Amino acid sequence: MINIINAKLANGDVVDVQINGELITKVSPAAGTKIKEAIDATGKMLLPGLVDLHTHLREPGQEDAETVLTGSKSAAAGGFTAISSMANTNPVADTAGVVEQIYRLGKAAGLCDVNPIGAVTKGLDGEKLSEIGAMADSIAKVRIFSDDGKCVSDPLIMRRALEYVKTFNGIIAQHAQEPRLTVDAQMNEGSVSARIGLKGWPAIAEEAIIARDILLAEHVQSRLHICHVTTAGGVDLIRWAKARGIQVTAEVTPHHLLLTDDLVENYDPIYKVNPPLRTQKDVMALREGLAEGIIDIVATDHAPHPTEDKDCEWHSAAFGMVGLETALSVVVKTMIESKLMSWSDLVNRMSIKPAQIAGYQQQGQEIAANQPANLILIDPSATWQVNPKSLRSKSKNTPFGGMQLPTTVIDVFYNGKKVVANRELVDQE
Amino acid sequence: MISGHLLSAADLSKEQALNLLATAKELAQITDGPNKKLPTLRGKTIVNLFFEDSTRTRISFETAAKRLSADVINFSAKGSSVSKGESLKDTAQTLQAMGADAVVIRHGSSGAAKRLADTQWIQAAVINAGDGTHEHPTQALLDAFTIKQHLRPDSKDLSGIKVLIVGDILHSRVARSNILLLTKLGAEITLVAPPTLLPVGVSDWPVKVSYDFDSEISKCDVVMMLRIQLERMADSFFPSAQEYSRRYGLNSARLSKLAKNAIVMHPGPMNRGLEISAESADDLKSVIIDQVKNGVAVRMAVLYELLGGAPLGDSK
Repeated sequence: MINIINAKLANGDVVDVQINGELITKVSPAAGTKIKEAIDATGKMLLPGLVDLHTHLREPGQEDAETVLTGSKSAAAGGFTAISSMANTNPVADTAGVVEQIYRLGKAAGLCDVNPIGAVTKGLDGEKLSEIGAMADSIAKVRIFSDDGKCVSDPLIMRRALEYVKTFNGIIAQHAQEPRLTVDAQMNEGSVSARIGLKGWPAIAEEAIIARDILLAEHVQSRLHICHVTTAGGVDLIRWAKARGIQVTAEVTPHHLLLTDDLVENYDPIYKVNPPLRTQKDVMALREGLAEGIIDIVATDHAPHPTEDKDCEWHSAAFGMVGLETALSVVVKTMIESKLMSWSDLVNRMSIKPAQIAGYQQQGQEIAANQPANLILIDPSATWQVNPKSLRSKSKNTPFGGMQLPTTVIDVFYNGKKVVANRELVDQE
Repeated sequence: MISGHLLSAADLSKEQALNLLATAKELAQITDGPNKKLPTLRGKTIVNLFFEDSTRTRISFETAAKRLSADVINFSAKGSSVSKGESLKDTAQTLQAMGADAVVIRHGSSGAAKRLADTQWIQAAVINAGDGTHEHPTQALLDAFTIKQHLRPDSKDLSGIKVLIVGDILHSRVARSNILLLTKLGAEITLVAPPTLLPVGVSDWPVKVSYDFDSEISKCDVVMMLRIQLERMADSFFPSAQEYSRRYGLNSARLSKLAKNAIVMHPGPMNRGLEISAESADDLKSVIIDQVKNGVAVRMAVLYELLGGAPLGDSK
């Protein structure tokens, strides 16, 4: 049994919470009495564990960048109790065999739920549907399908995929990038790219696919999820789609809520990411879209890469940034400190809503008796400096290195088990 | 004096640029004499690190370094450790271990020179000899030198000079460096190109933009033609070489509309018959050969100032 006393919830209530086994067994207004061996959470906040629908775990195939275990450690340290691993592994997660392998590795790591995302097309080639049904029926019970890293650019394949997943209420998560408009694209196309001579990745390449896919989703009455929206125009399109009642959800990454394309000026590949960092105008539109709920959730797009893939000239570098351990802090910095969102909004965007979209029933639940004990205790008033070397991820490619960020994750309870205690991972024996 | 590196024309203040041009002029006069060589950089090692083929720029830098008595190592990526997969970092560290004092780098990746300078891979002075579609600052210096030589020999700067830059602005490092440097020196620049070959974002540049070569040609003092790469045609930047040449090439008809004292420039290598006709390239208004010659003097000045050669007076 674990007792947590004087914990503040997102809605402001201060409570005592009792965990027994895998469940929360009691939540009551703080009695103000000491309980032996209880965690005194005075001044801290207790939130449901965070849920990430967009994580690259790199296993199988690129274990030098990350493994399911190291990715799970990174997730736990960042306050996530559930993550979803993208399909662009090697081999690609396009069969029941591969998704079951990832699922089992996640269970073995035991630090958070690891839910594999299945590839929409075989080998991510954009041409033939993968065995979506077999992955849905596997022990991994895949519900989200995505070719992330690549766009399902063929409109007919996209239509078929959207239709096909309706049998089990699945969802297609689209990486919206018109490939012909982004051949060799390196960064946001605009004033900065013109000046520094890097090939542009225009906003329209994202928006054209979003527009097409929301119309497809409407036509076939299926569920569409837009990965990592980065442009003001993309937010407008999704707002329009929601007003029409189209079943579309969308995510934004923490880095697109904070960073802008002028950072690329020194050609440091730490800022090389796909989709690229955009302008301040886009950042503000994304923040407003998230606050408004037009963008439903925050997702990390945690993309680990080994040192040599960033310690080089711009063109040779890989796209991507790690993000699991900084996500909460960046969202607090951009959304709560700016007063655009409340803590309840944050819990909605980072836990409740992603769990709903994915159908993760053990996650994103109210903190109440008989709910699974997936909980995090955070210190909202603490600040910390990001030291890339201290990240639990196997890769250190964070764009936030050296930054002072708000809020630390103190304890993490995963199915009632303490996996992070006093800011350190608990040895799992 | 300039210090550190030369990565972008933006690194130079107006005063530094004018001083460099003055130094280049002085060096040009010395090397025009019977003994072309100066002992100033004796004992210094300069590496020409060329990841892209560029015979012209490489031999220009090589000549400049040798006239200052530096030791020159030519490193070209083809057939080297780079073609075996060596990274830029490892190549740089190798050159560092060999004691390079300056690295002249030509690289296909925009920002490669800046990366060399910003990282701890190598301590040497870095000179950008062309990075991707970003910049080529010594080309801008030699162009400024050539314009001044022909049109403003006795003025302080290039105030009031009207320069037309014509062609593939989008992919041109020559254009980017020239815009930065020539506007700093007081010139007024108009870009002429089809819209496909102008970057999105060009409206933020301190230049005028026109799609119509014929309406601009008579109004300029300098017409600078850029090399057009034929592979651009395959990417539909323009329909055909013939159409490009008709609309944006410097032919005899356009040449005849140039002002009396105007000059014709081209960074080379030229595609005769495409962006520039043979008559235009060989016309008396053409200063293309002077550009090549001045390139050596300007690069000598850059090496001299970056590597802190002894004062010019001592070497006479």
